[in-house]
Amino acid sequence: MIAELGLAALWLATALSVLQIMSGVMGLRGDEKGAVLAMYARPAAVVQAFLAVFAFLLLLWAFAITDLSVKLVATNSHSMKPLIYKLTGTWGNHEGSMLLWVAVLALSGGLLAWMERRLPEKTMSATLAVQGFVALGFYAFLLLSSNPFERLPVPAMEGTGLNPLLQDIGLAVHPPTLYVGYVGLSVAFSLAMGALITKQVTPDFAKVMRPWVLFAWVFLTLGITAGSYWAYYELGWGGWWFWDPVENASLMPWLAATALLHSVSVLAARDALRTWTIMLGVLAFSMSMLGTFLVRSGVLTSVHAFAVDPERGSFILALLALYIGGALAIFAFRAGSIAEGKRFSVSSREGALVFNNVMLSAILAIVLLGTLYPLLTEAFDVRVSVGPPYFNPAGAIFAIPMFLVMAVGPLLRWKQDKPARIQFELMLLASVLISVVALVAILGDYAILPVLGLAFAVALAIASFLPLRGRNIARVPTATWGMVMAHFGVAVALFGMASESAFTQERLAAVTPGSTETVAGWTIALEGVDPVAGPNWTAVEARLSVARGDEEPTIITPQARNFWAPAQATSESALITRWDGQLYAVIGDQSDDGRWQLRVWWKPFVTFIWYGGLLISLGGVLSIIGRVRVDLKRRRATRKARERRDDKIAIGEQAQPEPAE
Amino acid sequence: MRPVFFIPLALFLFFAGLAGYMLTQDKDQMVPSGMIDKPLPEFSLPPAVDGLPGAARANFLGGKPKLLNVWASWCLPCIAEAPQLEALKDQGVEIIGIAIRDKPADVANFLNRYGNPYTRIGADDISQLQIEIGAAGVPETFVIDGEGNIRYQHIGDIRAEDVPELLKILQDVE
Repeated sequence: MIAELGLAALWLATALSVLQIMSGVMGLRGDEKGAVLAMYARPAAVVQAFLAVFAFLLLLWAFAITDLSVKLVATNSHSMKPLIYKLTGTWGNHEGSMLLWVAVLALSGGLLAWMERRLPEKTMSATLAVQGFVALGFYAFLLLSSNPFERLPVPAMEGTGLNPLLQDIGLAVHPPTLYVGYVGLSVAFSLAMGALITKQVTPDFAKVMRPWVLFAWVFLTLGITAGSYWAYYELGWGGWWFWDPVENASLMPWLAATALLHSVSVLAARDALRTWTIMLGVLAFSMSMLGTFLVRSGVLTSVHAFAVDPERGSFILALLALYIGGALAIFAFRAGSIAEGKRFSVSSREGALVFNNVMLSAILAIVLLGTLYPLLTEAFDVRVSVGPPYFNPAGAIFAIPMFLVMAVGPLLRWKQDKPARIQFELMLLASVLISVVALVAILGDYAILPVLGLAFAVALAIASFLPLRGRNIARVPTATWGMVMAHFGVAVALFGMASESAFTQERLAAVTPGSTETVAGWTIALEGVDPVAGPNWTAVEARLSVARGDEEPTIITPQARNFWAPAQATSESALITRWDGQLYAVIGDQSDDGRWQLRVWWKPFVTFIWYGGLLISLGGVLSIIGRVRVDLKRRRATRKARERRDDKIAIGEQAQPEPAE
Repeated sequence: MRPVFFIPLALFLFFAGLAGYMLTQDKDQMVPSGMIDKPLPEFSLPPAVDGLPGAARANFLGGKPKLLNVWASWCLPCIAEAPQLEALKDQGVEIIGIAIRDKPADVANFLNRYGNPYTRIGADDISQLQIEIGAAGVPETFVIDGEGNIRYQHIGDIRAEDVPELLKILQDVE
């Protein structure tokens, strides 16, 4: 029954999305006839959200009880798996993760329909129609080509298990977080299209859009941070970013959303950058969908491609063509008729934001090109693999000017400013930059990019707090604290990345029990290697006695695991975290002479990469809180003013015109 | 209408065209075994189920080409493959199975449910032979000629349309 109920809920939700489209389109007509049907758009979106989430919960249930008559459960789960991995297995496969995607899409559409009351009704109708249209495509995709509730004619005796790499708590959190981010951007997309169709690209529209972008962006940031840490400790390769197509697929929407976040702020505060904001709104969600396509279709080879299927690829490509192509076509024909926003001088807050928007877009283009380049060359039968030697320097070309402007931009005034006004700050930052570069150059011979990274990290960390200088700290708006925090987070993450790449020390050795190795002031003694067994794996586990300097030794236990359902070998790294870095140990194979391969890294300040990511997200959260509080305060003030006016009318006084908001 | 606003659309259309073209192209997802056209390694595996003998390299010598089927009772595509193996057996092909990481009771269950096309099944409990002959997963099927050489590898489940092709290859290597 569970599977059939879930399927029915999905079909009902699909029907409601059709109703939502029709009502939205009728609302656009603006006449009385249209209004009769237009009133169904909001309820259709809300009920749809309940149905889609309900369907997802039912699939979770089927996985929890390991219902082996459901094909998806039989092919991806196993009765012997720990419960938590049974549950996370729900989205560790194509169908389940697409259902999660659809559920989040419907949920965000429902929230938008339920909560948003500030936009002109026509714009809202257009927005809901677009949101319904996007949802309809993904419902069709799910139901026609990837039905998660398909039954097996004969129930399987036992499931085939979940890819062991995915049997990790990091996976419990990482994909749902990313999906909320990806799909949250669909709201920005629909709002942008709604505003474009009704030509209502106004600061008010930007204020409505901003919290949605912030919300999606916070989740994207968290998802990428978690994904990076997961790859770092689970793959056992010692790296934290591999420029893999799937990683790029999550980075590209983040870059677009970051640009959108800043441009929507300019639109809200200064009524400038109208077409640019619309373009980024379309681009951000397009990147989410493009990422899905690249991962799911198998046109690119990736370590993550867990659901490769060309037929599904064609379906997603058709959806992409419809949505992105359609949106860009409407943009092309319509953007010219959006009145130009307010003008501003090059040296102004807007000028800096525009510059960094262009830099972010350039980095996005670099990543996009690097990700798609193998696709292009394969069309001519040349197989290439694009990796760090391309991405790092090409990205840095644009990242370095971006960091510079990022340090200075928040100090500038809106509309027009003279650089001479912030002479002191400029001199301070320049001297910090130069002294850090000089200091590192004295310390040793390091590659240019990590050194620049360290210098910019220190300068940015200082610069991020400079906007608070000379202000009454108690009266700084929460949103400004958000910006300070997020920019400081970028500095922290950059410091971690640069430090990891400049100062990491590595030791690779073949060891026998009893022997001792040293790396970066740590002594590592192999005490023994023993077999251990888990619920669905067996492993050899190395017992390492590790000490830094003269301190008490700690025992750490890296494992080489063999899962038996399905059969696969993985490497479980062991970590020791200190405030100034991490020790990272991996045990490898045993060679014929009985020695074990041991690989140990000392990675100074590597944890700052993820602390930085968390700080950036925290900045986003502060910003949301600040914006929502201001908005609530304004709503209250408007309501009070209206009540006072109504009171006056009631006692017979002349009504005063309502004060402008 | 300004031409500059058409640039994103043009770029996207180019990408969509390229991606569409690439999707229709055949893609080599399979890694063929490096053991093709080399002799089968020496091995001797115990029986995987009561009532059928185990398998060894010696079983493949004797002049007639045979199929070596790497499978497991826990493998869903192997269920889909079972009728095709049955069809091959009906054409007089001798199929020797290698059961990967399996239990005798499960193997017996599988054969009861989906039929038994095998003359012998060896139990490869630690995937040793599987790795030695370059099979990356289950099911995979190898054509072994009468002198014990690996001549052909079929990756994935055997579909109905693969049966005539396998029969032809078996004939060619004879």
